[in-house]
Amino acid sequence: MGGLTGALQAAPPLLLIAVAAVLAWRAAGWRLGLLTACGLLFLWDLGLWTPMLATLVLVVLSTLAAVLVGLPLGIAAALSRRVWRLTSPCLDLMQTMPSFVYLIPAIPFFGLGAVSACFATVVFAAPPTVRLTALGILQVPHDVTEAADAFGCTAWQKLVKVQLPNALPTIMAGINQTIMLALSMVVIAAMIGAGGLGREVWTAIQRLETGRGCQAGIAIAVLAVILDRVTNAMARRMQAA
Amino acid sequence: MILAEGLRCVFGAREREALSMLRAGESRTAIMERTGTVVALDDVGLRVDEGELLVVMGLSGSGKSTLLRCLNRLVTPSSGSIRVAGQDVMAMGSRELRRFRRRTFGMVFQHFALLAHRTVLQNVEFGLEIQGVARRERRRAAEQALDLVGLAGWEDKRPGQLSGGMKQRAGLARALAADASILLMDEAFGALDPLIRHDMQAELVALQRRLRKTIVFVSHDLDEAVALGGRIALMMDGAIVQDGTAESILAAPATPYVKRFVAHIDVSSVLRVATLADRSATPPRGSWPVLQGDMTLREALPLLAEGPDGLAVQDEAGRTIGVLSRRAALAALARQPLKEEPAWPSLSPASRSPSYATASSIG
Repeated sequence: MGGLTGALQAAPPLLLIAVAAVLAWRAAGWRLGLLTACGLLFLWDLGLWTPMLATLVLVVLSTLAAVLVGLPLGIAAALSRRVWRLTSPCLDLMQTMPSFVYLIPAIPFFGLGAVSACFATVVFAAPPTVRLTALGILQVPHDVTEAADAFGCTAWQKLVKVQLPNALPTIMAGINQTIMLALSMVVIAAMIGAGGLGREVWTAIQRLETGRGCQAGIAIAVLAVILDRVTNAMARRMQAA
Repeated sequence: MILAEGLRCVFGAREREALSMLRAGESRTAIMERTGTVVALDDVGLRVDEGELLVVMGLSGSGKSTLLRCLNRLVTPSSGSIRVAGQDVMAMGSRELRRFRRRTFGMVFQHFALLAHRTVLQNVEFGLEIQGVARRERRRAAEQALDLVGLAGWEDKRPGQLSGGMKQRAGLARALAADASILLMDEAFGALDPLIRHDMQAELVALQRRLRKTIVFVSHDLDEAVALGGRIALMMDGAIVQDGTAESILAAPATPYVKRFVAHIDVSSVLRVATLADRSATPPRGSWPVLQGDMTLREALPLLAEGPDGLAVQDEAGRTIGVLSRRAALAALARQPLKEEPAWPSLSPASRSPSYATASSIG
């Protein structure tokens, strides 16, 4: 995690902004490319480039981990009633438990710092991916899955060729929610030593620096808007394709 | 050939109890009340010969869709036997069943059940793709199937870009592409506009003549069953109440329910000229059009309207088997028995009224 953050920080910001804008443009259209460029330039101008990168890496890696765990779990929950009955209350618990609580068990395992923060973020942010993956698969029209059976699909073929593609828009909505939750965990994670924009906010609170706090808060919001719009647009494109 | 015997199918938690009640002859409502279990099929037997088109008719809830799904075991009946092409479908394990479905059955669904994320061509290829057929080969088969249903040129469109009729053509092409010998069609044209539905019915009949598929077609629309022209199995409350051609069902409805069911049918497209022909009458002299015995009354009407009253009726071999008079045709349309009074061209001189005599003497 540190390595990735370091590498990004070593690269010239303007180059990264250009790359990000082009990626957003290719993935989601020129408007979002422009939005990405403007938003990131704004953050750079605020002098929050380095903490932003740390936050971004935390969010992206947490989301990746949450999806890696959540997607298979969601599929299992959709296909088996028993798994669903077992998973559902756990998800309720994960979502209703105050997110601070996850920081506590993480510390003895991973120590203070980004790894603990990442762990807590994954626990907090994974439920929407699990839930919406299961929901998306369960909502595939009955006659479509029946057609898959009628043409002699194996369970795997049915999943890969019929259920997952049909559920994709819903799954993407879940991943989008996971990203948003991960971002919202950023400030809390700063309490156990995760760097980034969260630390800026946390420091500002401790020193009662309203301006600094606002800047960092706005930076988080800008990052959230960019990530949200780009992933949403990607989901829409996948649906249309 | 499909041969199903003694199919019983109940849905619910207390299946065993419901089955034994069913065997003891208890009614569906009693079983529903006592066990909360729905009886979908109650001792249904069915035989479909190779290359035959059977229409399974019934209102919703009559068990017709369940019966269809039992044939490829999308629904496994609670008891009974199913043999398809000599193989015991009930005895198959899941792997065997899968292979059997791939080889033997194509299925068409009421609401098309196409995959929205694939192109029309990819949808049609689906069955072959599942079987692991090489890309080029399955593409060729899919294009052929699309050609067959009149959808050539639409390969790269998405289902969302097609009209209802075209979607179902794609659905039909998907079922044809794998070259399965049996087509199962579940209210396949039920979601289409009436005009499109008529076109599709006619095309299916034409396809059936060309390809000689065995087709089991589920429908709730008697006129559709008539238009498809095959044998009809009429279902009610999970049982087949009558089984035969449209004409035989119309001629002798087995139960009051069947009678009500056929009350609004278009008689002219059911009745055949041969049935209505008066076998004792002699055909008119002169070069008038001749009716074929297997024509429907509807097809014969324009000819009857033009020529003299009473046209000769021939059988397939070209032998004259009788005469169809306008009076007989009208009586059939009015669903009345033809009264004994003979039609006027053959009136006896004694009963002939003066005005007629004048008219004929002038004519």
